[in-house]
Amino acid sequence: MSKKDLSRRDFLKTTGIATGTLVGGGLIGGLIGFGSNKNNSSNSDKNASKDQAANTNSKGKMFFTTDKEFEILSNATERIFPKDDLGAGAIDLGVPYFIDHQLAGNYGSNSREYMQGPFYAGEATQGYQSRLTRAEIFKQGVGKLEAEAQKRFKNGFSSLDDKQMDEILTAFQKGEVAMSGVTSAFFFTLLRSATIEGAYADPMYGGNLNMEGWKMKGFPGHQMSYINVIEEDKFQKIAPKPLGQH
Amino acid sequence: MTKTMPKVDVVTVGVGWTGGIVAAESAKAGLKVVGLERGAKRGTEDFMNVHDEYRYAIRYELMQNLSKETVTFRNNRKQRALPMRQLGSFLLGEGLGGSGTHWNGQTYRFLPYDFEMKTMTEKKYGKDKLGSDYLIQNWGMTYDELEPYFDKYEKTAGISGEDKNPFWGKRSSEYPTPPMKKTPLLQKFEKAADKLGYHPYMVPSANLSEAYKNPDGEQINACQYCGFCERFGCEYGAKASPEVTVIPTAKKTGNYEVRCNSNVIEVLTKGGKATGVKYIDTISGEEFIQPADVVVLTSFMMNNAKLLMVSNIGEMYDPATGKGTLGRNYCYQIMPGATGFFDEQFNTFMGAGALGMCIDDFNGDSFDHSDLDFIHGANIALMQLGNRPIGNNPVPSDTPTWGAEFKKQSIMNYTRSLSLGGQGASIPHKENFLTLDSTYKDAYGQPLLQLNYDFTKQDIALHKFISDKSAGILKEMGAKKVEARAPIDHYNIVPYQSTHNTGGTVMSLTPEEGVVNKYLQHWDCENLFAVGAGSFSNNSGYNPTATVGALAYRCAEGVIKYSKKGGSLV
Repeated sequence: MSKKDLSRRDFLKTTGIATGTLVGGGLIGGLIGFGSNKNNSSNSDKNASKDQAANTNSKGKMFFTTDKEFEILSNATERIFPKDDLGAGAIDLGVPYFIDHQLAGNYGSNSREYMQGPFYAGEATQGYQSRLTRAEIFKQGVGKLEAEAQKRFKNGFSSLDDKQMDEILTAFQKGEVAMSGVTSAFFFTLLRSATIEGAYADPMYGGNLNMEGWKMKGFPGHQMSYINVIEEDKFQKIAPKPLGQH
Repeated sequence: MTKTMPKVDVVTVGVGWTGGIVAAESAKAGLKVVGLERGAKRGTEDFMNVHDEYRYAIRYELMQNLSKETVTFRNNRKQRALPMRQLGSFLLGEGLGGSGTHWNGQTYRFLPYDFEMKTMTEKKYGKDKLGSDYLIQNWGMTYDELEPYFDKYEKTAGISGEDKNPFWGKRSSEYPTPPMKKTPLLQKFEKAADKLGYHPYMVPSANLSEAYKNPDGEQINACQYCGFCERFGCEYGAKASPEVTVIPTAKKTGNYEVRCNSNVIEVLTKGGKATGVKYIDTISGEEFIQPADVVVLTSFMMNNAKLLMVSNIGEMYDPATGKGTLGRNYCYQIMPGATGFFDEQFNTFMGAGALGMCIDDFNGDSFDHSDLDFIHGANIALMQLGNRPIGNNPVPSDTPTWGAEFKKQSIMNYTRSLSLGGQGASIPHKENFLTLDSTYKDAYGQPLLQLNYDFTKQDIALHKFISDKSAGILKEMGAKKVEARAPIDHYNIVPYQSTHNTGGTVMSLTPEEGVVNKYLQHWDCENLFAVGAGSFSNNSGYNPTATVGALAYRCAEGVIKYSKKGGSLV
């Protein structure tokens, strides 16, 4: 087994770190080795095909019930994080699926948030005071994006041009669109955060497809150690690794 | 039906750094100790899949589940306090090891000035430097008195550092391990700080520069600079934390038992003394009483204060009259700083939680405040924490917050910007305090703790001063564009700022000024101790953990002393 193929689990097992055996930094550093960029790029090609296979399976809707809603969500995220000469936008990164899947789970049901009443609007400095869960806010918000498109342009949100979509999203961001139980500004904040999270979370969550988000940004994902390269003056280009491959 | 457990010598509420230290020292001295921890058991073996920013840093995997309990908050007494429904400004934790599991590991001792703030400020600047709304007081112990306890904590944790800071107190010994690697980024900061006449030094770190065996025989491994420290546990056992140090030390004695998923809801008292605690097994739902000769509150400062309040021990602070001590002197930290944008690309994604260089030239009373309208200051640091991509999207302030330009700027500047951060000291003010909420309840039917807090004039002035100094260093470092942080006005509980919340159960020289004496023994209840950042009567310009650790060793000494002779220790 070559050094670069040593898996994280094997590494921990063989060095005894997991069981607390004495291991000096020098020894760990010696074992890790990053390999040259050449080696890493061949790894990355192999990883990409694996991810593509995995991601065909993650394309299904767990939360939204209609293609129309999903398309509205997709177009809104794409305006927040558009495709450009740097690389993929939200849609190509799988961000809409990431958000859909998150809404179907703990995130969507606010299972770790304090959701007991009474509910009052409060000051901006007091934060989230809605009685609605994130799932309920997104469901309503996507509907309101469509309604606002019809109101302003007599057209469906997904049929608008970029400028028109931006106008509507800006109105949401400014809190100008009436929503029930929550402000449009708060919905927009959630939508923006979730889009960025989907672009850069580990690909196992369904976004950041093929680690394209990480590649654009220069983030190497999950690496065991930088002890051998952290003193280098030059910027280190390291092929990213997802958690599923350690 | 409530089940009563066999009586023990000492029960600690919470098993993090303070609970672990008190347990280790008491158990070594032959006392039978039970630690009640409301969160789950966890340790190094649970962190093999920890390099997941979304799960741990964004969705707060290791933090408290707020659906069960949170706090309420308002900026001032005219507002209606409302619950903090999701985590933001500070991250309440739970679980074995407490915040000691997911801390960054920056381990500064507070300054001599912090402990004698009243005396030293009045001596140099007169009695009315800030005015009577600020509740400045001395801690009841000086730095020199606490030095042996700092020394002990640093040796337990194996702290990596260098004694090169001319502004801090005298040390009785060198750091147990040498400082971390001085990376090119840190050298860049050092060069600029030197040129400006400041005194840069390596941040004292609990991510160890080399493998270390502590005086109790516990092994801490060497840091790998993987960039996943704060909000994560260490899969290498290379970050000093209670699970790899004091908890195993306590267990080895045979005198220590930890019960996880055990949420203490009340301190029981009779005739002015504590008889034990009542807790709920959060898995089975059963209620238990754990009788003990000594009860030690070793949970987060907010929970320590709340337990005393719901148990009716001590007098609640009333901001209208100034009477009462419980809940008084709540302090936080002010987060000034600046960001510099560069053309060159840096390895910002590598790092460790306490990998950094810093200066104290504008911290404590290192500089003259005669012509300034604030006291104290901030440690200013360049940290190489390992910036992760969801949480780090630095853009110049004129950039839109979304869309094509945001995407371009945030991607470009992710590896081309550096931020200097100050941790601004927080001075107690009569309107900043903790009390019980009268509306909202936790999952056990008890009132939530209520936080009353806003930035003061002192804070606003300090923030601007330190942000300007930080910008000056970044200019010297060669940034093509430098932006100091925008001035602050009102405290907002939404964005993350700091989990260095302090006060509420203050240590003091007299019962009129605090909740516990200088052995961390409750003034009104001699077999009850409370220790942690809640013991601070003011916050400093540093991370609090070393001072928390030192006070925990002091508290352990008090517990052992009390167990032998009883009575008030002062």
